[in-house]
Amino acid sequence: MTVITFIQHDGSERMVDGDVGLSLMETALKHDIPGIDADCGGGAICGTCHCFVEMSGDLPAPDSQETAMLGLRPDRADNSRLACQIVVSDGMSDITVKLPEFQM
Amino acid sequence: MNARADVMKPDYRGMPLDSLDIADPRMFQHDYWHDLFARLRAESPVHFQPDSPVGPFWSVTRYEDIVAIERDTETFSSEPSIAMIDPEPDMILKMFIAMDPPDHDDQRRAVHHVVAPRNLREFETLIRERTIEVLDGLPENEPFDWVKLVSRDLTTKMLATLFDYPWEERNNLTQWSDMFTNDERITDGEGVSREVIIEHMTACLQRFTELWHERKDDGKEAFDLIRMLQADPNTANMVDDPLTYMGNIMLLIVGGNDTTRNSMSGGVVFLNQFPEQMAKVRAQPELIPSMVSEIIRYQTPLPHMRRTATRDVEFQGAKIRKGEKVVLWFVSGNYDDTVIDRADEFWIDRPQVRNHLSFGAGIHRCMGNRLAEMQLRILWEEALSRFEKIELVGDPKRTCNLFIRGYTELPVRVSRFA
Repeated sequence: MTVITFIQHDGSERMVDGDVGLSLMETALKHDIPGIDADCGGGAICGTCHCFVEMSGDLPAPDSQETAMLGLRPDRADNSRLACQIVVSDGMSDITVKLPEFQM
Repeated sequence: MNARADVMKPDYRGMPLDSLDIADPRMFQHDYWHDLFARLRAESPVHFQPDSPVGPFWSVTRYEDIVAIERDTETFSSEPSIAMIDPEPDMILKMFIAMDPPDHDDQRRAVHHVVAPRNLREFETLIRERTIEVLDGLPENEPFDWVKLVSRDLTTKMLATLFDYPWEERNNLTQWSDMFTNDERITDGEGVSREVIIEHMTACLQRFTELWHERKDDGKEAFDLIRMLQADPNTANMVDDPLTYMGNIMLLIVGGNDTTRNSMSGGVVFLNQFPEQMAKVRAQPELIPSMVSEIIRYQTPLPHMRRTATRDVEFQGAKIRKGEKVVLWFVSGNYDDTVIDRADEFWIDRPQVRNHLSFGAGIHRCMGNRLAEMQLRILWEEALSRFEKIELVGDPKRTCNLFIRGYTELPVRVSRFA
């Protein structure tokens, strides 16, 4: 079981179990975790599920669409990702997802 | 409330596909566009029109196809223009909406901060004060023009605030914005010539250049779009490149104007057309944010954006050639009922209400979307809490413009709670 820890900008934390096949964005919505807007519903075309991801293993690299959307973020960091593009898979290591101050 | 009885609506469902005119701004003026786009979505979703006042162009009308093209910015460029009219070769304004990466990204980031939600929180009090002032000044129990007294007035004040523009001159901003989009080729001859538009652009550029120099190094810690451009290394010398400065000013003026203004008017129309939705939001004011998204979808104030093919490409069976214009009809995608359930209904608490195309999609997605939503949310919070009735008392007059889906006049009567 992959444990996902969501950390809000104010430091508050929620830990949830990841479901295989659900993206981090869908996981947050399922558990009513604030801080992710997901305007486009998962197509990497709005950029409103931006987050900072930390995990011990390797994540699949962002594709060109995700990279293009991340490029617009004034607060982009090396570990910036779109939560809709990371899908929990079998045997995936635990993940920490830090949410930005705001989505836009 | 729909097309006037004396207006001849084209027989979109019966006429041959190759005689459909998708460059006819009267379809928005008389609100008879629904059948045109429904036919295209069903029978010719990537459709070529060889002849029009703006030249030949492709129309893309299905939601998913629009998204696919928005994602492929290499094949479908935003240069040289996102409008259907080609710019004069020596007058190509440089604005990030009409640029591709990487230049687009640098310029957009430079001004993105001003509409970031962190800053919006500081603006919220000011916007609410101005909204209250406007609503409290409305006449009661007698018809007035909502476009003039509410929508135009509020958006003009907001724009002047964002630019810290001289308050007594603020109507210039709205007039310029209207002028820039009023080319006679997209208004069935009702607009103005290219020359007149260029005269207004020159006046606008001159005023904004003066403001730039007045503010440069004046040591003030003020917060406005001009100072933000000055403060960012990517744009600090923008004034030296008039086409770039003008392009960005124009983008910000137009982007913050017709869009929000016409959604402010559209909300009144829709809540009158769908009284059960009005009753719902009155019973559950917490639905206002969701209603705002639905108003923006249902209005689609900017009905299209144009892309240009950078190579020969086959898309959904259509052979698009390098250099051809490809028009993405957001207004059609937003009414595509294969993606949006019961799309013809104004449904304020529909599921996935934020999944619409009014802001576009991908890297050019509307930068000011959070600001627009906030302005509309505040308007409806304040309007619903003080007016017992907001009645449409005559037919709306709509804008005759292919690029703008909006209103020029909206007769409304309000009564306040006792």
